[in-house]
Amino acid sequence: MINKVVSGAEEAIKDIQDGSVLMLGGFGLCGIPENCITALVKKGVKELTCISNNAGVDDFGIGLMLQQRQVKKMISSYVGENAEFERQLLSGELEVELIPQGTLATRCMAAGYGMPAIFTPAGVGTEVAEGKEVRNFNGKDYLMEYAFDADFAIVKAWKGDTAGNLIYRSTSRNFNPVMAMAGKITIAEVEELVEAGALDPDQIHTPGVFVHRVFQGADYEKRIEQRTVRTRG
Amino acid sequence: MLDKNGIAQRIAREIRDGYYVNLGIGIPTLVANYIPEGINVVLQSENGLLGMGPFPFEGEEDADLINAGKQTITTLPGSSIFDSALSFGMIRSQKIDLTILGAMEVSENGDIANWKIPGKMVKGMGGAMDLVASAKNIIVAMQHVNKAGESKLLPKCTLPLTGVNCIKKIVTELAVLDVLPEGGFKLIERAPGVSVDFIRQATLGKLFAEDNVPEMIF
Repeated sequence: MINKVVSGAEEAIKDIQDGSVLMLGGFGLCGIPENCITALVKKGVKELTCISNNAGVDDFGIGLMLQQRQVKKMISSYVGENAEFERQLLSGELEVELIPQGTLATRCMAAGYGMPAIFTPAGVGTEVAEGKEVRNFNGKDYLMEYAFDADFAIVKAWKGDTAGNLIYRSTSRNFNPVMAMAGKITIAEVEELVEAGALDPDQIHTPGVFVHRVFQGADYEKRIEQRTVRTRG
Repeated sequence: MLDKNGIAQRIAREIRDGYYVNLGIGIPTLVANYIPEGINVVLQSENGLLGMGPFPFEGEEDADLINAGKQTITTLPGSSIFDSALSFGMIRSQKIDLTILGAMEVSENGDIANWKIPGKMVKGMGGAMDLVASAKNIIVAMQHVNKAGESKLLPKCTLPLTGVNCIKKIVTELAVLDVLPEGGFKLIERAPGVSVDFIRQATLGKLFAEDNVPEMIF
């Protein structure tokens, strides 16, 4: 079995250069690659284009990279909850492309499935459609949206094995599997790294062929953005 | 005149046994509290969950288990979890029976605006454009008028659109209205104590009302 293991986040991201296009998994702060984000902040690479559903919060997730002015452009569906983001956007320091969430996911999927473009009804008749090709199928209009072209996809899984096979846990799956398939180089950080053979092949979400580097992350904070509970009784 | 919970309670009456339902953020989230006994409904959360349960008990929160509003939640017996592309696949292929979402404006031909106010910080459309473009049945939960008393049910939306020609039913603090296929709002029910004339004055778009429009029943 091909061994995909690297020593840690720093080695995993070592060839990410200024100006790279990155995909980062996660929804809100759920299922984000915490270790790689920390390593990217430490490395200080700049002028990054980040494709990620959200932009973190001020002091966690992609927000940490925004604070260091490492991001040139965000491609996201929802970017609330982040004051530094708002400041950079309004001052013109940061470029933002907002796209519908399903379009974001499906443009990742298309890249991972080897398809150059998709047709989606999301955004037809809105400003999202400006400049895009519209095709009518069976009486309904669809926008043509291109597959993403990312240099690196950085994802977080629950368990991984040395062959790069990945299993996600609960709703931290979100964008991670489709992004894992979509990067030219895919980096996976996992909470628990096991030997090839220790995971049930029937339970694998991302086959190792899509993963180039895997490592066991450390010190996961797994911050909760909106802690909502009910009282007993 | 209804409060937010009243709007949610009235919308809950539109839910049928066996429905898969996507609830947006805000008033739509409250609808879950009023689903009648004996009706089996599966709630979808577009970040990748079918079968959304209630909030967890204190101390049982799981950072890996959230809804589309990023709130900690729980699963239920029969729940399933999937990735974001698959989630929007079930939305686009119309496996979700009903979508309930908020709006800033709706026009008399069923256009909706709910994501952007020019000149203000734009947070993004999230999944709203995908939902309105594909859902076969959408109910909008919204305020009939804004804080300045101006109608939000218009001949034509003034704000950037989220979707075109897609809204069929609206529930506000004043009324239940259908959007007619040929254009215009048809008054179906009045909120308790609210007159047809009052609703007419609060509706800038074309309003059709028959002689005896009933009051809402909860």
